[in-house]
Amino acid sequence: MLSQTMGRFLAVLAVLLASSNALAGQVLVAVASNFAKPMEEIAVEFKKATGHNAELSFGASGKFAAQIENGAPFQVFLSADEKKPEKLTASGFAVAGTRFTYALGTLVLWSAKPGYIDAEGKVLSAGGFKHLAIPDPKLAPYGVAALDVLKSMGLTERVQSLLVLGENISQAQQFISTGNAELGFIALSQVIKNGKIGEGSGWLIPTDKYAPIRQDAVLLKAGIDNPAAQALLDFLKSGKVLAIIEKYGYGLPKDKL
Amino acid sequence: MLSEADIAALLLTLKVAGVATVLLLLFGTPIAWWLVRTPSRWKGVVNTLVALPLVLPPTVLGFYLLVLMGPNGPVGHLTTELGLGTLPFTFGGVIVASVLYSLPFVVQPLQTAFAAIGERPLEVAATLRAGPLDAFFSVVIPLTRHGFMTATVLGFAHTVGEFGVVLMVGGNIPDKTRVVSVQIYNHVEAMEYGQAHWLAACLLVFSFVVLLLLYGLNPMQGKR
Repeated sequence: MLSQTMGRFLAVLAVLLASSNALAGQVLVAVASNFAKPMEEIAVEFKKATGHNAELSFGASGKFAAQIENGAPFQVFLSADEKKPEKLTASGFAVAGTRFTYALGTLVLWSAKPGYIDAEGKVLSAGGFKHLAIPDPKLAPYGVAALDVLKSMGLTERVQSLLVLGENISQAQQFISTGNAELGFIALSQVIKNGKIGEGSGWLIPTDKYAPIRQDAVLLKAGIDNPAAQALLDFLKSGKVLAIIEKYGYGLPKDKL
Repeated sequence: MLSEADIAALLLTLKVAGVATVLLLLFGTPIAWWLVRTPSRWKGVVNTLVALPLVLPPTVLGFYLLVLMGPNGPVGHLTTELGLGTLPFTFGGVIVASVLYSLPFVVQPLQTAFAAIGERPLEVAATLRAGPLDAFFSVVIPLTRHGFMTATVLGFAHTVGEFGVVLMVGGNIPDKTRVVSVQIYNHVEAMEYGQAHWLAACLLVFSFVVLLLLYGLNPMQGKR
C-alpha cells in the first residue's frame, strides 16, 4: 500500500520534473569579468522573457579558454575579446558560425582625483605624473587600445617608463583608485554611473583613436543540443539587451561579423 | 625555448626570494625567540598577527598593502616623508610584500625549534658565564639548526611560488616586479601554453634540485 502510494508520488514527480525541464532550460555561461554587471541584469530579463535559467560564472577570458579546452562544461562563452572565441572555434571547442560581437569596449583615461584630467586629455602630454596604469596589452584588448591612443598622440616613447600593467582592467583600476598611479586607461564600464563618469575625472577617448574593442560571444560544443543556449545567444541581440549594454558604458556593435 | 623576458623573470625571482629569505631570518628569529620566551600577555596577539597571512587570500593581502603603501596610506605617507617615495611598483615594494606574506613560514618552524630545546642548555650556558647573546649564538643556534634549515627552505620556496600579492603590489614591470609566477600566469592567460610549460618546467626542476640538495645534505633524522 505504502509502496504503491510512493510509486504514484514518484511518477507524478517525474512527470513534473520532465515538463519543467521542457519549459525552463538551463544554460551554463562563462562571462568575462568586465561584463559581470550587465550580464546579471541580462540574466534576469532572460529568465522573464524565456523562463530559462542562465547560470553565470565570472572570470578572466584566458582562464575560461584554458578550462573550455580541458573539458569545462560551459555552453556559451562571452569573452572580453574576439581572439579567444576565434581560437576556440578553430580548435573545434566552439561551434563554427555562431560567433558574433555582443558589445564594444569603450576606453577612458581616468584619474581618482576630480579635475585632474581635462576634456581633451592634455594632461598626458603635459606630464607631471609618475605612473600611468594600463591593462597588460598582452592580455587585455583595452591595453592594446591604450597603446593605440598613446601612439596616435605620439607619446609612446615618453610614457614607456611610467607604465604599470594591471593583469586586467579591474587591477588597473585598483592601481588608480588607490592613488598609486595618478591616472590610467580603463573601461568606461568600470567608472560609469547614471550615464556619466561617476567619481574622479576622465576623458572619454574618441573612438577614431583606437581600433574597436570587440567582445565576442560564441556557442560552445557542450551547448550545441541545448535550446536554452541558442535562446540566450539570440536574446543577446535583442533591443532590450542592447539598451542594458549601452547603459553600462559599452558601445553597440553596428556591423556584424 | 625560454625567451629573454622569461630568463629575466627567472633571475628576478631568485633575487626576490634570496633577499626576502635573508630579511625573513633577520626579522623572524627575534620574533620567534620572543614568542617562545616571553611571559607577556601580548604573546597571543603577536602570534595571531604573524599567522594572519596564512588566512588572508593573497590578492586581498596585496590589495590592502596597495592601499597602505600608496600615497594616501599611512605607510605611504611615512615612506614619502623619509624620501623613499611610495613602495608599490618597485622592487622594494615586492620585497616588503613577500616578507609579510612568508613570515609565518619562517617564524613558526623557528618557534617550534626554540621551544624544543627547553631551559636546561641555557641554564648550563649561564653557569659557564655565557652572556645571553653568546648563549644564543654558541648554544641555541647550533642546537636548532634543523629549525633554521626548515625556516630557510620554506621561506625561500614560499616566496618563489608566491603570486597573488606580487601581481597586486608589483604592477608587472619587466626586470623590476615581473617574477616567474606572474610570467607563467601571463603566458597561460595569453594562451601561449608552450612557453608556459617551458617556464613551469624550469621552475619545477630548479625547486626540486634546491630542495633535494638541502634535504639530502642535511639528513635531519635523529639530529637537532
